[in-house]
Amino acid sequence: MNMHARNIPVQKSAAEEFLDQLFDAGILFDTGVDGLYGRSGTFENVIKAFDNLVTKFGGDDNATPIHFPPGIARRLFEKSGYMKSFPQLAGTVHSFMGGESDHCTLLAELEAGSDWTSQQAATEVVLTPAACYPLYPTVAKRGPLPAGGRLYDLQSYCFRHEPSKDPARMQMFRMREFVRIGSPEQVRAFRESWLERGQEMMASLGVPLTVDVANDPFFGRAGKMMANNQRDTGLKFELLIPVTSEEKPTACLSFNYHQNHFGSLWDIRTSDGEEAHTACVGFGMERVALALFKHHGPDIDAWPKAVRDILWG
Amino acid sequence: MDKIRAILDQFGKLKVPASSLAPDADLYDAGLTSFASVQLMLGLEEAFDVEFPESMLNRKTFSSIAAINRAIGEITRAAA
Repeated sequence: MNMHARNIPVQKSAAEEFLDQLFDAGILFDTGVDGLYGRSGTFENVIKAFDNLVTKFGGDDNATPIHFPPGIARRLFEKSGYMKSFPQLAGTVHSFMGGESDHCTLLAELEAGSDWTSQQAATEVVLTPAACYPLYPTVAKRGPLPAGGRLYDLQSYCFRHEPSKDPARMQMFRMREFVRIGSPEQVRAFRESWLERGQEMMASLGVPLTVDVANDPFFGRAGKMMANNQRDTGLKFELLIPVTSEEKPTACLSFNYHQNHFGSLWDIRTSDGEEAHTACVGFGMERVALALFKHHGPDIDAWPKAVRDILWG
Repeated sequence: MDKIRAILDQFGKLKVPASSLAPDADLYDAGLTSFASVQLMLGLEEAFDVEFPESMLNRKTFSSIAAINRAIGEITRAAA
């Protein structure tokens, strides 16, 4: 049954309304694809200021920064097990690898408006799904960890195929991450400290927040079990801020303990020869910026002085 | 329960052989991780030709050999 009778305008969701406001204010720019937006200078200004704030809160830890491009080697992606857990979110890079006659077919298909992508073949590149994915094999190559373990500071554009009118659910977005690799005690202490620091940092920005246990969107029946386990064992917490809904606030920071999952997968060893444990705190850069625009308005000059001082003081 | 122990040895990645575990020993204490428990679940389904309902896809179901035995018994009885 068609729920929308003729002549009655379709009610826009709160998420869609917020997206329209961001377009109208020239903060985000429509590209024709949901979840793929241009960002204004003002938006980037907020991202940069928040990035600096994260550095301020995490800087004393002396993390090693590594900037990976937004692509990961397909060989490493395959080994990562991402397709077991999140096949629905992955994005692979394909390119034309045919000869001249294939090119003619391709152009004819394009001209006819038919599917031209059958000529495309998988390249060695997969779009990075989370900033830390390229890190683990890189760390494993360096041999056993020093006694104190290691701490990395990462930032990357990430891709997840989940087109949505919710501006807080982009397909391409930036994730900053601190990743702790070491003994179970070391990584748990790291996560605990960021659970505290994250709340203090976000509270200083004058946004309402809650912290709750969470799960990743694992695929299928095995995924249901993974999600239940993750919740039952408190492996994932999220710092939530209402952006497009009060009932379903948006996860802006996440605090994850992976146990020995990545240590075992990539054979990362502690100085004692044990499988390393890992934990990370992730910052959804665009989500935090959107939360700030939502709560303080589209004009950053009119944001509360206390918030401006924290970001630009 | 020997069959369950064999599947546990194959998929559970436990620190000790399953034969050394009492039926009510906590498998998570014995080293069963979240990720391994999913492999265990799938391995049990194949070996016993059963499908765990969604309500059983949680930590508790796979917390001990006895718990697994009970769960499989329940599914088999429900199917009979």
